[in-house]
Amino acid sequence: MKKRSLSFYLLAAFFGLFVLFLYGPMIAIFMLSLQGPDGNLTFPMRGFSVYWLGQVFQEQRVGSFTDAFQRSLVLGLAVLLLSVIVSVLAGLAFRARFRGATFLFYLTISSLIVPSVLVSLGIGIAFQVLGLETNWFSSGLGAHLTWTVPFAFLIVLGVFNRFNPSYEEAARDLGATDTRTFWEIVLPLIAPSLVGIGLLAFTLSYDEFTRTSLISGQNNTLPLEIFGMTTNVTSPALYALGTLTTLFSFTLIILAFVGFQVFSKRQQQ
Amino acid sequence: MYKSWKTVQPYILALPQTLVFLLFLIFPILMILLVSFWEFNGYTMVPGFTLSNYTDIFTSDVYLRTYLNTFKYVILVWFFCLAIAFPVAYFLAFHIQNQKLQIILFLICTVPFWTSNIIRMISWIPVLGKEGLINSTLMSLNLIQQPIEWLLYSDFAVVLGMVHLFNFFMIAPIFNSLMRIDRNLITAAEDMGASGWQILREIILPLAAPGIAIGSIFIVTLVMGEFVTVRLMGGGQSASVGKLIQTQIGSLQYPLAAANAVVLLIVTLILVSGILRVVDIRKEL
Repeated sequence: MKKRSLSFYLLAAFFGLFVLFLYGPMIAIFMLSLQGPDGNLTFPMRGFSVYWLGQVFQEQRVGSFTDAFQRSLVLGLAVLLLSVIVSVLAGLAFRARFRGATFLFYLTISSLIVPSVLVSLGIGIAFQVLGLETNWFSSGLGAHLTWTVPFAFLIVLGVFNRFNPSYEEAARDLGATDTRTFWEIVLPLIAPSLVGIGLLAFTLSYDEFTRTSLISGQNNTLPLEIFGMTTNVTSPALYALGTLTTLFSFTLIILAFVGFQVFSKRQQQ
Repeated sequence: MYKSWKTVQPYILALPQTLVFLLFLIFPILMILLVSFWEFNGYTMVPGFTLSNYTDIFTSDVYLRTYLNTFKYVILVWFFCLAIAFPVAYFLAFHIQNQKLQIILFLICTVPFWTSNIIRMISWIPVLGKEGLINSTLMSLNLIQQPIEWLLYSDFAVVLGMVHLFNFFMIAPIFNSLMRIDRNLITAAEDMGASGWQILREIILPLAAPGIAIGSIFIVTLVMGEFVTVRLMGGGQSASVGKLIQTQIGSLQYPLAAANAVVLLIVTLILVSGILRVVDIRKEL
């Protein structure tokens, strides 16, 4: 072990400041959402209670938060499933050489390079020209996939790059069909990574704003609902909602982490 | 039979993903291109062919100023994200030897990325606001008599908000390239008597360049089309191309918004290809 140099301490201090910059504001709204009923939008804290957390579940002036939450939940799960299926299938395809592979690769990457507002506007215009109605579960779903699938695909490529094909070959030598090899050998081996991809796809969708903003149709997803509230709601209920959705995200991360551990353990046995 | 299935198989497997992007990316962009030549009759878009949407853009002062302002955001956000991300990634990659601790610290940097952008921006209100933490602290220390107004709802706040939201996109790729650097290279350089500064400049920076480039591409594309941060954190006069497009859509001027989007896409692609020309990122992909 090397002696710790001055640069270590300087960088460690910088890192500490950075973490404070990342989390400081979030901690501020956590605290402010735990104020008493006469709480305000700024410090100092006035009292201490869970009053505002409860207020979130009351009917808000700008529509209902629980409906928007349910929509975002359903949409996130749909995006999760579709992203995992689509990217794993494409990842399997990329293990062989096929014509158009480079095209599909760049097509996928380009989805990350196109500014989000274009995707939203484009899908909005396409639906309008085709005479279709925009909705969070149709146009919104498509917009979310253009954001989640590229990330999922890149991870799947990385996973298959490190994948040891000898297990599959063994299964095939023993007479297993392709489908059977996939379900019994490949899928269990890549399962821990799929948990990660699923979490990524879900949270990207659950928090997505720009790509959905113009094409969610009549009913808002949760981020759109919260955005609407920023102009109308001037009570700590806004912070309380922020606290709750953030806690929800944290819970998901922990669940996914536990899931990852469980799958990895099972694999080692 | 079996042979032909083997050749068809990859195409069938790749089909869903191809369809997703053809339907929800390529087709919409082609529609934007088409509609950008259509006309606007005051309440709806009308098929036709006119260049007036484009001549509007290229002859107007407002557009020029909006683009310049957007470039200002891009440059500032890029600079601060890089200035934060490189030391952070460097610290994680080279100063933390314990692998478990390294993963935990990296996760600490990524967790906020998994939470809502809107909430993360709202969280700045109690910190930067007129009666916010910074102003009230400075006031009680008697350092200032009046609250500082430009902390929130200003260009400063827009840049701060975007740096807060997007720094992860810079940290992750830089961290990734730093982790791939063969540690023997550094030991060898040390043995040859290179100073810490020389190692950083001659070895680490060139090898980190692809990561920096990928991060820069993300920052450029994210900031170019950004309008939520500009809306929430910016004052009334803060302008960006994304916000302009959104305002035009709000008043149903789809052809004009589409022409704007086409220009935005071209400008973004020029910036991205500029970055790609300087740094070869293919090894990273």
